[in-house]
Amino acid sequence: MSIIELKNVSKTFDAKKSNIHALSNIDLCVEEGEIFGVIGLSGAGKSTLVRCMNLLEKPTDGEILIDGKNLLKLSNRELRLMRREIGMIFQHFNLLMQRNVLDNVCFPMEIAGVSKAEARKRAKQYLDIVGLSDKAKAYPVQLSGGQKQRVAIARTLASNPRIILCDEATSALDPQTTGTILNLLKQINKEYQITVVVITHEMRVVEEICDRVAVLDHGVLAEVGDVKEVFKAPKSNAAKALLLERKIKQLEGDVANDI
Amino acid sequence: MQNLGIDVLFKGTNMMRLLGGLWVSLRISLIAVLFSILLGVPLGILMSRKSRIIRAITRLYLEIVRIMPQMVLLFIVFFGTTRVFGWNLDAEVASVIVFSFWGCAEMSDLVRGALISIPKHQYESAKALGMNSLTVFVFIILPQTIRRLLPLSINLVTRMIKTTSLVMMIGVVEVLKVGQQIIEANRTSSPNAAFGVYGTVLLLYFIGCWPISMLSKYLEKKWNNV
Ligand SMILES: Nc1ncnc2c1ncn2[C@@H]1O[C@H](COP(=O)(O)OP(=O)(O)OP(=O)(O)O)[C@@H](O)[C@H]1O
Ligand SMILES: [Mg+2]
Repeated sequence: MSIIELKNVSKTFDAKKSNIHALSNIDLCVEEGEIFGVIGLSGAGKSTLVRCMNLLEKPTDGEILIDGKNLLKLSNRELRLMRREIGMIFQHFNLLMQRNVLDNVCFPMEIAGVSKAEARKRAKQYLDIVGLSDKAKAYPVQLSGGQKQRVAIARTLASNPRIILCDEATSALDPQTTGTILNLLKQINKEYQITVVVITHEMRVVEEICDRVAVLDHGVLAEVGDVKEVFKAPKSNAAKALLLERKIKQLEGDVANDI
Repeated sequence: MQNLGIDVLFKGTNMMRLLGGLWVSLRISLIAVLFSILLGVPLGILMSRKSRIIRAITRLYLEIVRIMPQMVLLFIVFFGTTRVFGWNLDAEVASVIVFSFWGCAEMSDLVRGALISIPKHQYESAKALGMNSLTVFVFIILPQTIRRLLPLSINLVTRMIKTTSLVMMIGVVEVLKVGQQIIEANRTSSPNAAFGVYGTVLLLYFIGCWPISMLSKYLEKKWNNV
Protein backbone atom coordinates (compact mmCIF):
# COMPACT_ATOMS: atom_id res chain seq x y z
CA MET A 1 0.00 0.00 0.00
CA SER A 2 1.28 3.45 -0.88
CA ILE A 3 1.64 5.95 1.92
CA ILE A 4 -0.01 8.71 -0.12
CA GLU A 5 -2.57 7.91 -2.75
CA LEU A 6 -4.53 10.43 -4.77
CA LYS A 7 -7.50 9.08 -6.68
CA ASN A 8 -8.98 11.15 -9.43
CA VAL A 9 -8.35 14.40 -7.55
CA SER A 10 -9.63 17.63 -9.07
CA LYS A 11 -9.62 21.14 -7.69
CA THR A 12 -11.48 24.03 -9.23
CA PHE A 13 -11.31 27.56 -7.89
CA ASP A 14 -14.29 29.78 -8.46
CA ALA A 15 -13.05 32.94 -10.05
CA LYS A 16 -15.10 35.91 -11.23
CA LYS A 17 -14.63 35.48 -14.95
CA SER A 18 -14.05 31.78 -15.45
CA ASN A 19 -13.29 28.91 -13.11
CA ILE A 20 -9.68 27.92 -12.68
CA HIS A 21 -8.99 24.22 -12.98
CA ALA A 22 -5.93 24.03 -10.75
CA LEU A 23 -5.94 20.22 -10.77
CA SER A 24 -7.70 17.88 -13.18
CA ASN A 25 -8.21 14.20 -12.43
CA ILE A 26 -4.90 13.49 -10.77
CA ASP A 27 -4.06 9.86 -9.97
CA LEU A 28 -0.83 9.57 -8.05
CA CYS A 29 0.90 7.30 -5.56
CA VAL A 30 3.82 8.14 -3.30
CA GLU A 31 5.57 5.11 -1.80
CA GLU A 32 6.74 4.89 1.78
CA GLY A 33 10.33 5.98 2.32
CA GLU A 34 10.92 7.63 -1.03
CA ILE A 35 11.69 11.22 -1.87
CA PHE A 36 9.11 12.27 -4.37
CA GLY A 37 9.42 15.42 -6.47
CA VAL A 38 6.70 17.49 -8.08
CA ILE A 39 7.79 19.93 -10.76
CA GLY A 40 6.02 22.20 -13.18
CA LEU A 41 5.98 25.78 -14.34
CA SER A 42 4.56 28.51 -12.16
CA GLY A 43 0.80 28.10 -11.88
CA ALA A 44 0.90 24.45 -12.88
CA GLY A 45 -0.85 23.49 -9.64
CA LYS A 46 2.08 22.15 -7.59
CA SER A 47 1.18 23.95 -4.38
CA THR A 48 -2.46 23.06 -4.75
CA LEU A 49 -1.53 19.41 -5.20
CA VAL A 50 0.63 19.21 -2.10
CA ARG A 51 -1.84 21.22 -0.03
CA CYS A 52 -4.46 18.64 -0.89
CA MET A 53 -2.23 16.00 0.69
CA ASN A 54 -2.89 17.41 4.18
CA LEU A 55 -6.22 18.95 3.27
CA LEU A 56 -5.17 22.56 3.66
CA GLU A 57 -6.96 22.68 0.34
CA LYS A 58 -10.09 20.59 -0.02
CA PRO A 59 -10.34 18.96 -3.44
CA THR A 60 -13.52 19.51 -5.39
CA ASP A 61 -13.49 15.90 -6.41
CA GLY A 62 -11.65 12.65 -5.74
CA GLU A 63 -10.12 10.86 -2.76
CA ILE A 64 -6.97 11.35 -0.76
CA LEU A 65 -5.68 8.32 1.12
CA ILE A 66 -2.89 8.52 3.65
CA ASP A 67 -1.89 5.04 4.72
CA GLY A 68 -5.18 3.88 3.25
CA LYS A 69 -7.24 6.31 5.34
CA ASN A 70 -9.46 8.68 3.42
CA LEU A 71 -8.70 12.20 4.66
CA LEU A 72 -12.05 13.50 3.52
CA LYS A 73 -13.85 11.09 5.84
CA LEU A 74 -11.97 12.09 9.00
CA SER A 75 -13.50 14.20 11.75
CA ASN A 76 -11.86 17.55 12.54
CA ARG A 77 -10.05 16.03 15.49
CA GLU A 78 -8.85 13.01 13.55
CA LEU A 79 -7.67 15.31 10.80
CA ARG A 80 -5.63 17.36 13.25
CA LEU A 81 -4.00 14.22 14.61
CA MET A 82 -3.32 13.06 11.07
CA ARG A 83 -1.74 16.41 10.21
CA ARG A 84 0.82 15.85 12.95
CA GLU A 85 1.97 12.83 10.99
CA ILE A 86 2.25 14.94 7.86
CA GLY A 87 4.78 17.68 8.46
CA MET A 88 4.96 20.61 6.11
CA ILE A 89 7.60 23.24 5.48
CA PHE A 90 7.15 26.36 3.43
CA GLN A 91 9.15 28.92 1.54
CA HIS A 92 8.30 31.34 4.35
CA PHE A 93 9.61 29.77 7.50
CA ASN A 94 6.75 31.02 9.68
CA LEU A 95 8.60 30.99 12.97
CA LEU A 96 7.24 32.84 15.98
CA MET A 97 9.39 35.94 16.04
CA GLN A 98 8.96 36.68 19.73
CA ARG A 99 10.10 33.23 20.85
CA ASN A 100 13.57 31.80 20.68
CA VAL A 101 14.57 28.81 18.61
CA LEU A 102 14.06 26.25 21.37
CA ASP A 103 10.61 27.60 22.23
CA ASN A 104 9.66 27.61 18.57
CA VAL A 105 10.37 23.90 18.39
CA CYS A 106 8.66 23.25 21.74
CA PHE A 107 5.53 25.20 20.94
CA PRO A 108 3.57 22.69 18.82
CA MET A 109 4.48 19.91 21.26
CA GLU A 110 3.12 21.92 24.17
CA ILE A 111 -0.07 22.62 22.23
CA ALA A 112 -0.31 18.89 21.61
CA GLY A 113 -0.12 18.26 25.36
CA VAL A 114 3.48 17.18 25.81
CA SER A 115 4.88 18.24 29.19
CA LYS A 116 7.25 21.19 29.21
CA ALA A 117 10.27 19.20 30.38
CA GLU A 118 9.68 16.44 27.86
CA ALA A 119 9.14 18.97 25.06
CA ARG A 120 12.45 20.69 25.87
CA LYS A 121 14.31 17.43 25.96
CA ARG A 122 12.94 16.38 22.59
CA ALA A 123 13.38 19.83 21.06
CA LYS A 124 17.07 19.71 21.91
CA GLN A 125 17.41 16.38 20.15
CA TYR A 126 15.75 17.72 17.02
CA LEU A 127 17.88 20.84 17.04
CA ASP A 128 20.85 18.52 17.23
CA ILE A 129 19.66 16.61 14.18
CA VAL A 130 19.33 19.78 12.12
CA GLY A 131 22.69 21.04 13.41
CA LEU A 132 21.47 24.04 15.38
CA SER A 133 22.16 23.06 19.00
CA ASP A 134 24.27 26.15 19.52
CA LYS A 135 21.44 28.45 18.42
CA ALA A 136 18.79 27.21 20.85
CA LYS A 137 18.63 30.54 22.67
CA ALA A 138 18.78 32.72 19.54
CA TYR A 139 15.75 34.56 18.14
CA PRO A 140 14.63 34.04 14.54
CA VAL A 141 15.81 37.50 13.41
CA GLN A 142 19.33 36.55 14.39
CA LEU A 143 19.33 33.58 12.01
CA SER A 144 20.06 33.26 8.31
CA GLY A 145 17.42 31.93 5.91
CA GLY A 146 18.96 28.48 5.91
CA GLN A 147 19.07 28.38 9.69
CA LYS A 148 15.45 29.47 9.90
CA GLN A 149 14.47 26.66 7.58
CA ARG A 150 16.38 24.24 9.83
CA VAL A 151 14.35 25.42 12.79
CA ALA A 152 11.18 24.86 10.78
CA ILE A 153 12.37 21.36 9.95
CA ALA A 154 13.16 20.63 13.62
CA ARG A 155 9.72 21.91 14.58
CA THR A 156 8.13 19.58 12.05
CA LEU A 157 10.22 16.63 13.24
CA ALA A 158 9.00 17.27 16.77
CA SER A 159 5.59 15.85 15.97
CA ASN A 160 7.15 12.59 14.75
CA PRO A 161 5.85 12.83 11.20
CA ARG A 162 5.86 9.96 8.74
CA ILE A 163 5.69 12.33 5.81
CA ILE A 164 7.19 15.77 5.22
CA LEU A 165 5.77 17.98 2.49
CA CYS A 166 8.04 20.76 1.25
CA ASP A 167 6.52 23.57 -0.77
CA GLU A 168 9.39 25.49 -2.38
CA ALA A 169 11.29 25.03 0.87
CA THR A 170 14.55 26.15 -0.71
CA SER A 171 13.29 28.84 -3.07
CA ALA A 172 14.22 31.69 -0.76
CA LEU A 173 17.75 30.39 -0.28
CA ASP A 174 20.98 30.82 -2.19
CA PRO A 175 22.33 27.80 -4.16
CA GLN A 176 24.83 26.75 -1.53
CA THR A 177 22.35 26.90 1.37
CA THR A 178 19.85 25.08 -0.83
CA GLY A 179 22.39 22.28 -1.12
CA THR A 180 22.79 21.93 2.65
CA ILE A 181 19.04 21.92 3.26
CA LEU A 182 18.58 19.28 0.57
CA ASN A 183 21.24 17.15 2.23
CA LEU A 184 19.47 17.52 5.53
CA LEU A 185 16.18 16.37 3.98
CA LYS A 186 17.98 13.42 2.43
CA GLN A 187 19.54 12.52 5.77
CA ILE A 188 16.19 12.69 7.54
CA ASN A 189 14.66 10.54 4.86
CA LYS A 190 17.39 7.89 5.19
CA GLU A 191 17.78 7.80 8.95
CA TYR A 192 14.17 8.09 10.03
CA GLN A 193 12.43 6.56 7.00
CA ILE A 194 10.33 9.69 6.61
CA THR A 195 8.68 10.00 3.22
CA VAL A 196 9.46 13.37 1.65
CA VAL A 197 7.45 15.17 -1.02
CA VAL A 198 9.31 18.07 -2.58
CA ILE A 199 7.67 20.71 -4.71
CA THR A 200 9.92 22.88 -6.72
CA HIS A 201 10.35 24.68 -9.98
CA GLU A 202 14.09 23.99 -9.91
CA MET A 203 15.12 20.87 -11.82
CA ARG A 204 18.32 20.84 -9.85
CA VAL A 205 16.49 20.08 -6.61
CA VAL A 206 14.76 17.11 -8.17
CA GLU A 207 17.97 15.85 -9.70
CA GLU A 208 19.84 16.05 -6.41
CA ILE A 209 17.50 14.30 -4.03
CA CYS A 210 14.40 12.78 -5.62
CA ASP A 211 13.82 9.13 -6.38
CA ARG A 212 10.75 9.70 -8.49
CA VAL A 213 9.19 12.80 -9.98
CA ALA A 214 5.80 13.94 -11.23
CA VAL A 215 5.52 16.63 -13.86
CA LEU A 216 2.47 18.87 -13.72
CA ASP A 217 1.28 20.86 -16.68
CA HIS A 218 -1.68 23.21 -16.31
CA GLY A 219 -3.23 21.06 -13.61
CA VAL A 220 -2.77 17.82 -15.51
CA LEU A 221 -0.33 15.10 -14.53
CA ALA A 222 1.88 15.01 -17.60
CA GLU A 223 4.37 12.39 -16.53
CA VAL A 224 5.48 10.31 -13.54
CA GLY A 225 8.61 8.20 -13.31
CA ASP A 226 12.09 7.58 -11.97
CA VAL A 227 14.08 10.77 -11.99
CA LYS A 228 16.87 9.25 -14.08
CA GLU A 229 14.47 8.04 -16.72
CA VAL A 230 12.49 11.25 -16.91
CA PHE A 231 15.70 13.22 -17.23
CA LYS A 232 17.13 10.89 -19.86
CA ALA A 233 14.05 10.41 -21.97
CA PRO A 234 11.26 12.85 -21.14
CA LYS A 235 8.00 11.85 -22.74
CA SER A 236 5.79 14.85 -22.07
CA ASN A 237 6.21 18.28 -23.57
CA ALA A 238 6.17 19.86 -20.13
CA ALA A 239 9.14 17.76 -18.98
CA LYS A 240 11.02 18.47 -22.21
CA ALA A 241 10.41 22.19 -21.79
CA LEU A 242 11.64 22.16 -18.19
CA LEU A 243 14.77 20.23 -19.17
CA LEU A 244 15.46 22.57 -22.04
CA GLU A 245 15.14 25.53 -19.74
CA ARG A 246 17.65 23.91 -17.41
CA LYS A 247 20.06 23.27 -20.29
CA ILE A 248 19.87 26.90 -21.34
CA LYS A 249 20.55 28.04 -17.79
CA GLN A 250 23.56 25.74 -17.59
CA LEU A 251 24.89 27.03 -20.89
CA GLU A 252 24.39 30.59 -19.77
CA GLY A 253 26.32 29.74 -16.63
CA ASP A 254 29.13 28.15 -18.67
CA VAL A 255 29.33 31.13 -20.98
CA ALA A 256 29.41 33.49 -18.01
CA ASN A 257 32.22 31.41 -16.52
CA ASP A 258 34.18 31.41 -19.78
CA ILE A 259 33.96 35.17 -20.00
CA MET B 1 4.80 87.23 35.60
CA GLN B 2 1.89 89.66 35.55
CA ASN B 3 1.96 90.10 31.80
CA LEU B 4 2.05 86.36 31.06
CA GLY B 5 -1.14 85.94 33.04
CA ILE B 6 -0.06 82.85 34.90
CA ASP B 7 -0.70 84.40 38.31
CA VAL B 8 -4.47 83.76 38.09
CA LEU B 9 -3.80 80.04 38.35
CA PHE B 10 -2.50 80.49 41.85
CA LYS B 11 -5.56 82.38 43.01
CA GLY B 12 -7.88 80.36 45.20
CA THR B 13 -8.55 76.83 43.94
CA ASN B 14 -8.03 77.67 40.28
CA MET B 15 -5.27 75.15 39.69
CA MET B 16 -7.26 72.40 41.38
CA ARG B 17 -10.28 73.27 39.24
CA LEU B 18 -8.17 73.07 36.11
CA LEU B 19 -6.83 69.66 37.13
CA GLY B 20 -10.40 68.61 37.91
CA GLY B 21 -11.30 69.63 34.36
CA LEU B 22 -8.44 67.58 33.00
CA TRP B 23 -9.72 64.59 34.92
CA VAL B 24 -13.14 65.03 33.28
CA SER B 25 -11.51 65.02 29.84
CA LEU B 26 -9.43 61.96 30.62
CA ARG B 27 -12.37 60.19 32.23
CA ILE B 28 -14.57 60.65 29.17
CA SER B 29 -11.88 59.52 26.78
CA LEU B 30 -10.71 56.57 28.83
CA ILE B 31 -14.22 55.19 29.32
CA ALA B 32 -14.84 55.70 25.61
CA VAL B 33 -11.54 53.95 24.80
CA LEU B 34 -12.58 51.04 26.97
CA PHE B 35 -15.88 50.68 25.10
CA SER B 36 -14.11 51.15 21.78
CA ILE B 37 -11.79 48.26 22.53
CA LEU B 38 -14.50 46.00 23.95
CA LEU B 39 -16.80 46.57 20.99
CA GLY B 40 -14.31 47.49 18.27
CA VAL B 41 -12.14 44.38 18.54
CA PRO B 42 -14.94 41.84 18.00
CA LEU B 43 -16.38 44.07 15.30
CA GLY B 44 -13.01 44.21 13.57
CA ILE B 45 -12.72 40.42 13.70
CA LEU B 46 -16.18 40.22 12.18
CA MET B 47 -15.18 42.69 9.46
CA SER B 48 -12.21 40.57 8.47
CA ARG B 49 -14.61 37.79 7.51
CA LYS B 50 -15.53 37.48 3.91
CA SER B 51 -19.30 37.93 4.16
CA ARG B 52 -20.41 40.69 1.78
CA ILE B 53 -23.40 41.75 3.89
CA ILE B 54 -21.31 42.26 7.01
CA ARG B 55 -18.74 44.15 5.00
CA ALA B 56 -21.35 46.43 3.45
CA ILE B 57 -22.98 47.27 6.78
CA THR B 58 -19.72 47.91 8.60
CA ARG B 59 -18.39 49.93 5.69
CA LEU B 60 -21.45 52.16 5.88
CA TYR B 61 -21.03 52.62 9.63
CA LEU B 62 -17.38 53.50 9.17
CA GLU B 63 -18.11 56.01 6.42
CA ILE B 64 -20.81 57.71 8.48
CA VAL B 65 -18.49 58.09 11.43
CA ARG B 66 -15.68 59.38 9.25
CA ILE B 67 -17.80 61.89 7.35
CA MET B 68 -19.73 63.31 10.31
CA PRO B 69 -17.88 65.90 12.34
CA GLN B 70 -17.73 64.77 15.97
CA MET B 71 -19.40 68.02 16.98
CA VAL B 72 -22.47 67.23 14.88
CA LEU B 73 -22.64 63.79 16.43
CA LEU B 74 -22.48 65.35 19.88
CA PHE B 75 -25.30 67.76 19.04
CA ILE B 76 -27.46 65.02 17.58
CA VAL B 77 -27.05 62.76 20.58
CA PHE B 78 -27.30 65.41 23.26
CA PHE B 79 -29.83 67.88 21.87
CA GLY B 80 -31.49 65.80 19.16
CA THR B 81 -32.30 62.55 20.90
CA THR B 82 -33.25 64.14 24.21
CA ARG B 83 -35.98 66.13 22.42
CA VAL B 84 -37.21 63.36 20.17
CA PHE B 85 -37.26 60.55 22.71
CA GLY B 86 -37.86 62.80 25.68
CA TRP B 87 -35.21 61.18 27.84
CA ASN B 88 -32.79 62.87 30.12
CA LEU B 89 -29.24 62.39 29.00
CA ASP B 90 -26.35 63.60 31.07
CA ALA B 91 -23.93 65.61 28.91
CA GLU B 92 -21.03 63.46 30.01
CA VAL B 93 -22.90 60.26 29.18
CA ALA B 94 -23.77 61.69 25.77
CA SER B 95 -20.08 62.45 25.24
CA VAL B 96 -19.08 58.92 26.17
CA ILE B 97 -21.67 57.55 23.74
CA VAL B 98 -20.44 59.70 20.87
CA PHE B 99 -16.79 59.02 21.52
CA SER B 100 -17.39 55.30 21.86
CA PHE B 101 -19.35 55.34 18.60
CA TRP B 102 -16.45 57.03 16.90
CA GLY B 103 -13.67 55.08 18.64
CA CYS B 104 -15.35 51.75 18.01
CA ALA B 105 -15.49 52.45 14.27
CA GLU B 106 -11.84 53.50 14.10
CA MET B 107 -10.75 50.64 16.33
CA SER B 108 -12.59 48.02 14.30
CA ASP B 109 -10.99 49.32 11.14
CA LEU B 110 -7.55 49.09 12.73
CA VAL B 111 -8.23 45.54 13.90
CA ARG B 112 -9.50 44.54 10.49
CA GLY B 113 -6.45 46.03 8.81
CA ALA B 114 -4.06 44.29 11.19
CA LEU B 115 -5.83 40.96 10.78
CA ILE B 116 -5.90 40.92 7.00
CA SER B 117 -2.25 41.96 6.89
CA ILE B 118 -1.28 38.60 8.40
CA PRO B 119 -0.30 36.42 5.46
CA LYS B 120 -2.25 33.28 4.69
CA HIS B 121 0.78 31.05 5.11
CA GLN B 122 0.86 31.92 8.81
CA TYR B 123 -2.53 30.26 9.29
CA GLU B 124 -1.55 27.38 7.04
CA SER B 125 1.72 26.44 8.64
CA ALA B 126 0.04 26.43 12.05
CA LYS B 127 -2.77 24.26 10.74
CA ALA B 128 -0.26 21.93 9.14
CA LEU B 129 1.26 21.45 12.61
CA GLY B 130 -2.09 20.07 13.72
CA MET B 131 -3.47 23.06 15.63
CA ASN B 132 -7.17 23.81 15.69
CA SER B 133 -8.61 27.12 14.50
CA LEU B 134 -8.96 28.56 17.99
CA THR B 135 -5.36 27.73 18.93
CA VAL B 136 -4.12 29.18 15.67
CA PHE B 137 -6.03 32.39 16.31
CA VAL B 138 -5.07 32.79 19.96
CA PHE B 139 -1.42 31.78 19.80
CA ILE B 140 -0.33 32.65 16.28
CA ILE B 141 -2.55 35.33 14.81
CA LEU B 142 -3.56 37.38 17.84
CA PRO B 143 -0.04 38.14 19.15
CA GLN B 144 1.05 39.34 15.73
CA THR B 145 -2.12 41.37 15.34
CA ILE B 146 -1.65 43.06 18.71
CA ARG B 147 1.89 44.04 17.83
CA ARG B 148 0.73 45.73 14.67
CA LEU B 149 -2.27 47.19 16.40
CA LEU B 150 -0.79 48.73 19.50
CA PRO B 151 1.04 51.77 18.10
CA LEU B 152 -1.95 52.62 15.92
CA SER B 153 -4.50 52.27 18.68
CA ILE B 154 -2.42 54.34 21.07
CA ASN B 155 -2.40 57.03 18.43
CA LEU B 156 -6.19 56.75 18.36
CA VAL B 157 -6.34 57.15 22.15
CA THR B 158 -4.37 60.39 22.08
CA ARG B 159 -6.56 61.67 19.27
CA MET B 160 -9.61 60.87 21.36
CA ILE B 161 -8.22 62.69 24.39
CA LYS B 162 -7.53 65.77 22.30
CA THR B 163 -10.93 65.73 20.67
CA THR B 164 -12.71 65.68 24.04
CA SER B 165 -12.22 69.46 24.07
CA LEU B 166 -15.36 69.51 21.90
CA VAL B 167 -17.57 68.26 24.70
CA MET B 168 -17.68 71.66 26.30
CA MET B 169 -19.99 72.61 23.42
CA ILE B 170 -22.73 70.52 25.06
CA GLY B 171 -22.02 71.86 28.51
CA VAL B 172 -19.51 69.43 29.98
CA VAL B 173 -17.12 71.35 32.15
CA GLU B 174 -13.80 69.86 31.13
CA VAL B 175 -10.34 71.33 31.24
CA LEU B 176 -10.76 73.86 28.43
CA LYS B 177 -14.10 75.07 29.79
CA VAL B 178 -12.64 75.52 33.28
CA GLY B 179 -9.84 77.54 31.71
CA GLN B 180 -12.38 79.72 29.95
CA GLN B 181 -14.28 80.27 33.18
CA ILE B 182 -11.12 81.31 35.00
CA ILE B 183 -10.24 83.75 32.26
CA GLU B 184 -13.74 85.21 32.27
CA ALA B 185 -13.76 85.64 36.04
CA ASN B 186 -10.47 87.52 35.98
CA ARG B 187 -11.07 89.58 32.85
CA THR B 188 -10.57 92.88 34.62
CA SER B 189 -7.95 92.01 37.23
CA SER B 190 -5.58 90.20 34.87
CA PRO B 191 -6.37 90.79 31.20
CA ASN B 192 -3.46 88.64 30.05
CA ALA B 193 -4.84 85.53 31.72
CA ALA B 194 -5.81 84.00 28.36
CA PHE B 195 -2.18 83.35 27.51
CA GLY B 196 -1.22 81.84 30.82
CA VAL B 197 -4.33 79.75 31.25
CA TYR B 198 -4.56 78.37 27.73
CA GLY B 199 -0.82 77.78 27.83
CA THR B 200 -1.30 75.75 30.98
CA VAL B 201 -4.17 73.82 29.41
CA LEU B 202 -1.85 73.01 26.50
CA LEU B 203 0.72 71.75 28.97
CA LEU B 204 -1.90 69.63 30.72
CA TYR B 205 -2.93 67.98 27.45
CA PHE B 206 0.72 67.35 26.83
CA ILE B 207 1.16 65.77 30.25
CA GLY B 208 -1.90 63.62 29.58
CA CYS B 209 -0.89 62.40 26.13
CA TRP B 210 2.88 62.33 26.24
CA PRO B 211 3.32 59.28 28.50
CA ILE B 212 0.89 57.42 26.29
CA SER B 213 2.81 58.11 23.11
CA MET B 214 6.08 57.38 24.89
CA LEU B 215 4.67 54.01 25.85
CA SER B 216 3.83 53.31 22.24
CA LYS B 217 7.32 54.33 21.11
CA TYR B 218 8.84 52.11 23.76
CA LEU B 219 6.75 49.10 22.77
CA GLU B 220 7.45 49.62 19.10
CA LYS B 221 11.17 49.73 19.73
CA LYS B 222 11.14 46.78 22.07
CA TRP B 223 9.25 44.60 19.61
CA ASN B 224 11.31 45.61 16.64
CA ASN B 225 14.44 44.52 18.42
CA VAL B 226 13.31 41.03 19.30
N1 LIG C 1 -6.95 30.32 -3.37
C1 LIG C 1 -6.99 30.39 -4.71
N2 LIG C 1 -8.02 31.01 -5.33
C2 LIG C 1 -8.08 31.08 -6.67
N3 LIG C 1 -7.16 30.54 -7.50
C3 LIG C 1 -6.12 29.91 -6.96
C4 LIG C 1 -5.97 29.81 -5.53
N4 LIG C 1 -4.82 29.13 -5.28
C5 LIG C 1 -4.28 28.83 -6.48
N5 LIG C 1 -5.04 29.30 -7.50
C6 LIG C 1 -4.79 29.13 -8.94
O1 LIG C 1 -4.55 27.76 -9.18
C7 LIG C 1 -3.50 27.60 -10.12
C8 LIG C 1 -2.43 26.73 -9.53
O2 LIG C 1 -1.83 27.41 -8.44
P1 LIG C 1 -0.63 26.82 -7.59
O3 LIG C 1 -0.33 27.79 -6.51
O4 LIG C 1 -0.98 25.44 -7.19
O5 LIG C 1 0.57 26.81 -8.64
P2 LIG C 1 2.07 26.47 -8.42
O6 LIG C 1 2.39 25.40 -9.40
O7 LIG C 1 2.34 26.19 -7.01
O8 LIG C 1 2.79 27.80 -8.86
P3 LIG C 1 4.08 28.51 -8.26
O9 LIG C 1 5.27 27.80 -8.81
O10 LIG C 1 3.98 29.91 -8.80
O11 LIG C 1 3.98 28.44 -6.77
C9 LIG C 1 -3.03 28.99 -10.48
O12 LIG C 1 -3.64 29.36 -11.71
C10 LIG C 1 -3.54 29.83 -9.36
O13 LIG C 1 -3.81 31.13 -9.82
MG1 LIG D 1 3.44 27.20 -5.42
